[in-house]
Amino acid sequence: MMAPFYQSGSFGEGTSLVLAVLIGIGFGFFLERAGFGSARKLVSQFYLNDLAVFKVMFTAIVTAMVGVTLLAWVGWLDLSMVYLVPTYLLPQIAGGLILGAGFVIGGYCPGTSVAATATGRIDGLVYGLGLFAGMFAFAELFPWLKGFYEYGAGEAIMIPEAFGLSRGVVVGAVVLMAVAGLYGAARIERKFAAPSAE
Amino acid sequence: MHPVLAGIGLGLVLLATFVLVGRGLGASGAFNSVIAWAVSAVAPEHAKGNEFMAGYLRDDGASPLKSWLVFEVLGLFAGAMLSGFLGGRTKVMTEKGPRVSVRTRLGMAFAGGMLMAFGAALARGCTSGQALTGGALLNLGSWAFMLMVFAGGYAVAYFFRWEWR
Repeated sequence: MMAPFYQSGSFGEGTSLVLAVLIGIGFGFFLERAGFGSARKLVSQFYLNDLAVFKVMFTAIVTAMVGVTLLAWVGWLDLSMVYLVPTYLLPQIAGGLILGAGFVIGGYCPGTSVAATATGRIDGLVYGLGLFAGMFAFAELFPWLKGFYEYGAGEAIMIPEAFGLSRGVVVGAVVLMAVAGLYGAARIERKFAAPSAE
Repeated sequence: MHPVLAGIGLGLVLLATFVLVGRGLGASGAFNSVIAWAVSAVAPEHAKGNEFMAGYLRDDGASPLKSWLVFEVLGLFAGAMLSGFLGGRTKVMTEKGPRVSVRTRLGMAFAGGMLMAFGAALARGCTSGQALTGGALLNLGSWAFMLMVFAGGYAVAYFFRWEWR
């Protein structure tokens, strides 16, 4: 039987929920290990003295990207069965900008706020309450926001197809970008080294 | 942990998620499910009538809390707690810069959370569901989103130095 195993019928919803908890444990463990339970560590990304957010994100993306590409290439994973979020470029660009601002103001993103709360950060908990309030407000305002929310193509657009490149070329380019990025990040950190934030 | 090691660990968790359940990681969606659950408990017709909330209700009538992301986020909480305890980093405190009061920082945390909720809802995902997951799958919208998250953060960082520096 071929991966993804849930889609190919290897197990039912109950098992998928057990796996969700186990996968979540791994997710939370590595987020916390990376230091992402701390708002000061996270926002350092935007003051350039600690680029761990960039490094961890990019390394994780490259690891998973190379993994799925290899598994699909040898024929063990049917990529067409993996769920893709549909592309709505304009709302996603606006959402990204708003989210980036919220990141600096609030100190967390949704996942890291959970990790922060789990390790005793009161600001992480309060941030989570803000998230609930914002989600409720968004849902209540949805009739007015719907037009913009649904503006765009609405199908998942993949980078290789969008630019007419083969998947291998794009994967190779992202890996090179990541290596260059990690090297560049180390240089930026040395340049902006903070006068020790405790 | 070295950021590259933590990144590889996180990437392998994400890869396992693709292989096992055919989807990626996420976080903000779990918060939407909780809202849909709370509203449908108090005012079921209102939840059903709201197109956005209704998207988080289940067709089979089971609780909106029976969602993959809600279970994943419960695991996230447990995993972070475990790691924090093992590393001796668990401490009841408020993260902030030296120049800001705890009360102001908590107000900013709440405001930032609200703002983030709008961003994540508009973008159909947050740093986990869009940037990490869509990034690894080479989803064009996710990459545009990710670049904009950094752009938005750097654009406002200077104006919030007082909160952190």
